[in-house]
Amino acid sequence: MTPAGSLLSATDLRKSYGSTPALDGASFSVHPGEIVAVMGPSGSGKSTLLHCLAGIVAPDAGTITYDGRDLTSLTDAERSALRRGEFGFVFQFGQLVPELTCVENVALPLRLNGVKRKDAERRARARLEQLEVDDVAGKRPGEVSGGQGQRVAVARSLVTDPRVLFADEPTGALDSLNGERVMELLTDAAREARAAVVLVTHEARVAAWSDREVVVRDGRSRDMEFTR
Amino acid sequence: MSIGHTLLGLLEAGPRHGYDLKRTFDETFGHDKPLHYGQVYSTMSRLLKNGLVEVDGVESGGGPERKRYAITEAGVTDVQRWLATPEKPEPYLQSTLYTKVVLALLTHRDAAEILDAQRAEHLRMMRMLTDRKRKGDLADQLICDHALFHLEADLRWLELTAARLDRLAREVRPA
Ligand SMILES: Nc1ncnc2c1ncn2[C@@H]1O[C@H](COP(=O)(O)OP(=O)(O)OP(=O)(O)O)[C@@H](O)[C@H]1O
Ligand SMILES: [Mg+2]
Repeated sequence: MTPAGSLLSATDLRKSYGSTPALDGASFSVHPGEIVAVMGPSGSGKSTLLHCLAGIVAPDAGTITYDGRDLTSLTDAERSALRRGEFGFVFQFGQLVPELTCVENVALPLRLNGVKRKDAERRARARLEQLEVDDVAGKRPGEVSGGQGQRVAVARSLVTDPRVLFADEPTGALDSLNGERVMELLTDAAREARAAVVLVTHEARVAAWSDREVVVRDGRSRDMEFTR
Repeated sequence: MSIGHTLLGLLEAGPRHGYDLKRTFDETFGHDKPLHYGQVYSTMSRLLKNGLVEVDGVESGGGPERKRYAITEAGVTDVQRWLATPEKPEPYLQSTLYTKVVLALLTHRDAAEILDAQRAEHLRMMRMLTDRKRKGDLADQLICDHALFHLEADLRWLELTAARLDRLAREVRPA
């Protein structure tokens, strides 16, 4: 069953790595333009849930529906086309290509989608400006600070105007002030573009930028909408 | 927060009338808790009696709000001492929550549910503050951030307690 109006939803996901159950009946849904935080203790299955939702990891059981399509029944090629075209990703570490400059990194997803270099870099620069790091455009990732690198990564995740943004601990390596600013810029940009956001975080202050939270414990999800 | 010290501090910046003090207090610190006039008068008469302020002039028309107050030398010393003394770090909410959790365990209720409901309530408040921060000026941001860090600390305690409920149950329930 798909919750009415949701863009991406999953029901009863199960996934084991060997004998380790990572997901044990997790469900999830997000509406267009909605920011949902996925919280829970370390090892509870948050990243696995995100990877399943994004079509990076195939669940052992359960259904995933994106925009009316059954994600698990798509071919690998169809899934990766979907990821490139409609999803954006921000991860905690090591996501920028060290040999490319920051602006080339941000332009990369567009280049992979066949956008011409000039056009791609123009759009990349606009995103860098929005994330307030246009001054590092010509530098390589090794030459910028962690906070700047993370903003570049957020710029890259948004450059294709994704309909769903997947962010796994996007502020994990940042201090409070930088983390705050990245969340503000990320949520502003996502709201402006009406992108749905799946935000994995164990920090409540980061989750407080979301509209709603889901808690994962021992591979099971719980929607934290309490009716009182 | 000590209203007396706060009003004294405002007076150190320059003499003010009672109504002006209230207005400045509300604008600067009173965000969701404006002062009552009664609080201003009772505080000012106490400060007068203790020699920390003096009446600097009275506007025609009379009434307590027409008095203009000025801080005295002793008042300045008092503000200085208050500012220089750190606040006692008190665990203000934990004691209530702890009591609830222990009572739930003792009465065989679902303590995890209580913690989850509290957790959701905390996050709801944190969302509200974050939203206010997003829309507010720097003063709003600083005030909200302080509240957010405190709520976050509570929330971490809630999570830690949730993870230790089994052990706590064994310890508080008589064998
Ligand atoms: N590629 C993998 N191979 C084997 N086991 C894995 C793999 N990925 C995850 N796991 C296991 O699955 C469980 C859930 O891991 P997951 O990464 O989803 O947790 P998490 O909630 O994201 O934790 P954290 O907050 O520490 O990032 C863990 O027990 C983990 O060891
Ligand atoms: Mg993880």
